[in-house]
Amino acid sequence: MKPPPFSYHDPSSVGEVISLLGSLENPKLLAGGQSLMPMLNMRYVMPDHVIDLNKVDGLSYINDEGGAISIGGMTRQRDLEYSDVIKAKCPLMHDALLQVGHRQTRNRGTIGGSLSHLDPAAELPAVCAAHDAVIVVQGPNGERDIPFADFPVAYMTPATEMDELLIGVKIQAWAEGHGYAFVEFARRHGDFAITSAAALLEVGSDGGITRASLTVGGVGAAPVRMNEIEQALIGQFGDEEKLRELCEACREIDALGDVYASSEYRQHLATVLSRRALVKAYDRATGKA
Amino acid sequence: MGETRKISLSVNGKTYEEEVEVRFTLADFLRQQPGLTGTHLGCEHGVCGACTILLNGRSARSCLMLAVQVDGQEITTIEGIAPSEDEMHPLQEAFRDNHGLQCGFCTPGMLTTLIEFLGDNPDPTEQEVREAISGNLCRCTGYQGIVAAALDAAQRLREAKGA
Amino acid sequence: MSGWKVFGSRAKRLEDPALLTGQGRFVDDIILPEMLHAAFVRSPHGHAKISRIDVEQAQTMDGVQAVYTLNDFRPHLTNEHLVVGLPSPAYKQELDRPALANDEVVYVGKPVAIVVADTRYIAEDAAAMVMVDYDILPAVADCRAALEDGAPLAHSTSPHNILAQFDMGYGEVDSVFANAPHVYSESMWQHRGGSQSIECRGAVSFYDPIEDLVTLYSATQAAHTAKNILIDMLGLDENQIRVIIPDVGGGFGPKLVFYQEDVAVVLAAKLLGRPVKWAEDRREHFISTTQERDQFWDVEIAVDNDGKILGLRGSMIHDHGAYTARGINLAFNSALIVSLPYDVPCYYMDVVLAVTNKVPVTPVRGAGHPQGIFVMERLLDRAARELGIDRPEIRRRNLIPTEQLPYTKGLKTRGDAPVILDSGDYLACMEDALERIDFTGFLERQKKALQEGRYIGVGVANYVKGTGRGPFETVTVRIGPSGKIMVYSGAAAMGQSTQTMLTQIVAEHLGGDMENVEVVIGDSSVVPMGIGGSASRQTVTAGSSALLAAREVQDKALKVAAHMLEASEEDLEIDGNEIRVKGVPDLKVGLGKVAHAVAGTPGYALPGGIEPGMEATKNFMVDDLTFVNGTAAVEVEVDPETGKVSFLKYVIVHDCGTVVNPMIVEGQVIGGTAHGIGNTLFEWMGYDETAQPITTNFAEYLLVSAPEMPHIQMGHMESPTPLNPLGVKGVGECGVVPAPAAIISAVENALSPFGVFFDHVPLRPPEIVEKIQSAKALAG
Repeated sequence: MKPPPFSYHDPSSVGEVISLLGSLENPKLLAGGQSLMPMLNMRYVMPDHVIDLNKVDGLSYINDEGGAISIGGMTRQRDLEYSDVIKAKCPLMHDALLQVGHRQTRNRGTIGGSLSHLDPAAELPAVCAAHDAVIVVQGPNGERDIPFADFPVAYMTPATEMDELLIGVKIQAWAEGHGYAFVEFARRHGDFAITSAAALLEVGSDGGITRASLTVGGVGAAPVRMNEIEQALIGQFGDEEKLRELCEACREIDALGDVYASSEYRQHLATVLSRRALVKAYDRATGKA
Repeated sequence: MGETRKISLSVNGKTYEEEVEVRFTLADFLRQQPGLTGTHLGCEHGVCGACTILLNGRSARSCLMLAVQVDGQEITTIEGIAPSEDEMHPLQEAFRDNHGLQCGFCTPGMLTTLIEFLGDNPDPTEQEVREAISGNLCRCTGYQGIVAAALDAAQRLREAKGA
Repeated sequence: MSGWKVFGSRAKRLEDPALLTGQGRFVDDIILPEMLHAAFVRSPHGHAKISRIDVEQAQTMDGVQAVYTLNDFRPHLTNEHLVVGLPSPAYKQELDRPALANDEVVYVGKPVAIVVADTRYIAEDAAAMVMVDYDILPAVADCRAALEDGAPLAHSTSPHNILAQFDMGYGEVDSVFANAPHVYSESMWQHRGGSQSIECRGAVSFYDPIEDLVTLYSATQAAHTAKNILIDMLGLDENQIRVIIPDVGGGFGPKLVFYQEDVAVVLAAKLLGRPVKWAEDRREHFISTTQERDQFWDVEIAVDNDGKILGLRGSMIHDHGAYTARGINLAFNSALIVSLPYDVPCYYMDVVLAVTNKVPVTPVRGAGHPQGIFVMERLLDRAARELGIDRPEIRRRNLIPTEQLPYTKGLKTRGDAPVILDSGDYLACMEDALERIDFTGFLERQKKALQEGRYIGVGVANYVKGTGRGPFETVTVRIGPSGKIMVYSGAAAMGQSTQTMLTQIVAEHLGGDMENVEVVIGDSSVVPMGIGGSASRQTVTAGSSALLAAREVQDKALKVAAHMLEASEEDLEIDGNEIRVKGVPDLKVGLGKVAHAVAGTPGYALPGGIEPGMEATKNFMVDDLTFVNGTAAVEVEVDPETGKVSFLKYVIVHDCGTVVNPMIVEGQVIGGTAHGIGNTLFEWMGYDETAQPITTNFAEYLLVSAPEMPHIQMGHMESPTPLNPLGVKGVGECGVVPAPAAIISAVENALSPFGVFFDHVPLRPPEIVEKIQSAKALAG
C-alpha cells in the first residue's frame, strides 16, 4: 500500500494552481490529504501529478461580517471546531465537527477538501446543504459562486470544472438564538455516518416555528433537503408526536442500500434522526436544552 | 528512483536535510531515512492511528502525508517524547504503571495523540479521553489501561505544573 | 500470597521501557545493509485456473531485482507444500498450501509470485505489471452450499468439498431425547473475523554463505515450527536455519501459522544473496492472513420440568477455507467445549468441515470456544424462557458443583486424553458476578427504565475452557559468571508479557531481583525445541518448567555456596545477586562467583562433587489440560429505533488459578473481552457470492474503539490447579469466550417487551431494527 509514482507541485498562489490545473494531464489536488492519501496508498487513484494546496497563500480564514460568514477552502476542521465565530454564529457546524473523524484527521482535514471529495455520508456537506451555503470557486475566468444545492452533480462529483479550485464557502448565519442539531448514527465514534440529520429552527416568541431547515445525509448521492417537512414545520410547536408524524416523509427518500445498511434501514434512520434533530433543535431554540 | 526533492526539517529537535522521493509518505521517510522506527505503520489508510506523530505540535497521521510536505516544519515522534535518555515523560511512566500497553505496537500513536490532547484538555473526564483516542486502535488492552494511564498522566502533569 | 518477593505482585513490565520510547524492534524495523523489499502478486479471483504468468515486463523495470513463481522455486524445494496440519483421523482429504500458486488459485489473496525490488514502492509498481491469465472457475463461497449435491468444487482436483468429518459424545442420546418432557431446538450462525493485530505479518531473511546459515526474522508465534517447516521444504540441516522472533505487535492466533510468504522470502534472499524484507500491509492481512469465519449449528436441548438438563445434541458445519493451514482443532474445540460447565448426562455433536474458496481458517484468540459456549448458553436461555425459570436459576441447577471436581466428562481431547475438569467453583464464580451486576435489583431498574422509554437488559454466561496445552515448553535457567541469571525458552511473546512472567517466577527463587534476570525467547537457536505462544499455554508450560529449573539452580547454588562459605545450606539465602548466611551480613558470596566455581578450571575438581554448570533445563510435561472458568455479566441499553447497543456495565469474574501478576492477568482478560465485544457487535468479514472479500479495510471491517468499550469490572477467584507446580491456568483467551453469549442474552432481555430473539453473532444494528419491526408488524 504505497502511492504510485507521480510528479509533485506545491504552488503558492491560487493563480498558479489554476494554471497547473489547466496545463497538467491527470492532476489531483491535495488538500488535507485525509481522503486522497488513503486512496493514493491503496492506488485507487493514480494521478500523474499531485498539486499540493498546503502552501497556497490566503486560503485559510474564518471571517464574519455581520452574520455573513466566509471560510477559506484550506481552513482546517480543527480551526473551525475551535473557532468562536463558528461556535457563536454557525453552531450547527460546531455540532457536526465534533462528529467528524478524529482529532488527528481534523487537524489536517480541510473544509474545501471535504466538500470537494463530497462523500455522501460526510458531515460538512450536510451542514452546507442545511445552511444553503454558497461555494466559491475560481477558474481561469475568475471567481464564480455555486449555491450548494447545485454543487453536487453526481455521486462524489462536485460542480467544479477541471480547471477550477474551490477557494471558499459562504454561509449566512441564522438569527441569534436559533435552534440547531446535528444528529447522526455511526457504528463507532468518528465513523462516517450511516445516516445523519441536520436541523435548523427559528422559533417565534409564541413558541411557533417560523423558519426551518432539515437535511438528511448518508442516504443518497448527496445530502437531501426535506423541503416538504420544512414547510410543514412552520407554525408547529415542537410537539414530539407531531414531529414524528412529519418525519415519516423521510421513508420516501430514494435511499442507497449496501451490505452495511439496506435502503429501508437508511430510510428508517432518516425518519428517526430527523425527529431527534428537530426535537433537540427546538429545545435549544426555546432554551430547554 | 522517481522524482525526488531535497527537504530540510526538524525531527525531535534535530535538523535533517534529506533527498526524498516525492511519493514517499512521511511515515516511510521517518522510518527509513532518519531511521526512527518507533513510528509504526498499522494500516496505511488513516484509521489505526499507530503512525500518529506531532507536526508543529499537532497530532497527524504520518501515513496520510507526503514527506515532501513537511519541508521546513517540526516533527516530534515517540523517540522525542522523553525529556532525556534516562528519564521518561510522565505519560510514558503512567503507561507503564497502568499497563497501558501490551504488544506496544499502537503505543507510539497513543502517546503522541495523548500528549496533544492533554495539552488541549489538562483535566479530562474518562469519556473525553476515550473520544480523544477514538482514532487509535489497540487490539491488546481493551483500552482500559490506556484510559487509566491518560487520566493518571493528566493528574501527574497538573501536579507538576502546580508544584 | 505473603512471603513472596516478586511472584504474585503487580510488578512493572520489563518489556515496557523500550516500547514506550520507540526502541522496540519489530520485524519491519529491521534494516540491513543491501536489503531488498518484496511484494506479492496475489490472486484476484476466488477460484481460477492460471493459464499463463508473464513476468517479462515487471522483471525489466528499473529497480526490480527478481520476480519468482513456483516454477523458479521448484528446483530449490524438497517439498513444495507447507505441511502443517495437526494429525487427526477425521480428514477426508489433504489440502496443504503450495509455496506459491501452481496452476490453480483457490482464494482471493493467494500468493502467485514474489517481486523483489530496491524499495517496496517499486516492488508494488512491478507487481501490478506481472500479467497473469486466469480462466475463472465457479467459486464456493458458503460452507453450507459447499456440501450440497452438485455444488462446484473448491479445488478442481478434489473429489468433494468435505475436508473432515467427526463426531463426539457420550450417553444414550437417542432414548433420552425420545423420552424427554421438553426438547428445544435452535439454529445458530456464528461468525468470527480475523485477528487484526495492529502489526501485520512480516519477514526478513538473509543468507550467510560463510556460516552456510539462513536466518529468518519473522513476526510469528512459533519459531521452532517455522524452522521445522523450512527444514522440510528446503532440505536444510538443522544447523543451517535459524528463526528469530523480534518484538511482535500482537498475534492472536494467525501468527502461529507458517505462511507461503515466509518460505518465499527465505528463498528469494538465498537466491539473490541479499537480505529481503516483506512487511505485510493491511490489505494483504485482510485477504491472506488466516481468519476464523462461519459456523452453522443445528442443536437441541432436552430438559425436565425443573430445567435440569437431560441431554444436548446437534450438528455443525464449519467453514474451513481453501486449505488446511493448521488442522481441524478449531471446529473440534467448538464441539468439545459446549457442555463443559454443566452436568449434561448425554451429548452428541456431528461436525463437518467444508472447503470453501476463501483464505484458510485457523484459530483466532478464543479458538472456537466462544462459539461452543454461545450454543450452550443460548440453549439454556431458551429453556429458561420456555419453562419460566430465571436465567441464573437454570444455571444454578445445572452447574457442576465444586464438590464433584475433579469431574470426568465423557469426552476426549484431540490428543485422546479424557477431559477432566480439575478445579474451581463455578457456582460461586457465577454468584459473585451476579452480585457485582446486582442481578436481583435489576428487574426493578429495568421496570423504571422502561417507564422512561429506555430499554435496558442484563445477560449472564458461564464458561469452562481447557488451557495450558502441552506437551511441554523447554526452559533453561543459567547463572553466568557475571552473576546475571539467564532464562532461555522456546516460548514466544506477542504482547502477553511472557518475559515479565518468566522473570517473576525465576527471580522469586534466585534472589528476588527482576533486573538481574534476562529472558531470551523466540529464537530457535537458544533451545532445541519449542512450541510457542498459543492456546493460553505459556504460563502453564513454560512457567512450570521455569519454576522447576529455577528451583534446581537454587538448590545447586546453595549447595556450592555452602561449600564456599563453609556454612550449612539451611542457613543460606539468596538475596539480589548474592548468597549470604542469614543474619550474618558479611558472610556472603556473589552469584557470579558461585557460578564460576562450577564453570570448571582445567584439572581441578568441582566443589562438593556436583555436576558442572550453574544451570538446569526442564521440560515440565503437561498431560492434561487445566480448565479455567469464569462468568460474564453484562448490562446493556438498546436503542430500538437505531439498533445501537451500549454497555452500561460489564463484569467478568474468572478463576485462572494462581496469579503470577494480577496486572497482567487483568490486561489479558480485559483485552480478550474487547475482542469478544468486537466479535459480537462489530467485526464481520464479508464475502460476496463469488467469494470475493468485501471488507478489506478498517473502514469496512470495524474494530472496537475506545468510546464503544465499557469499563470492565473484574473479579478474581484463585483455585490453584493440582496439575502443575505453580497452580496456574491459562488466561490469554478467557475474556473472549463468554462475551457473545452474555451480550446477546442482555440484548434480548432489553428487548423483551418486543419479544424478539437472536440466534447469531455478529449482531448489527439493522438486524435489531428489522427484528423489532417484524415483531411489531406481527403484533399488528
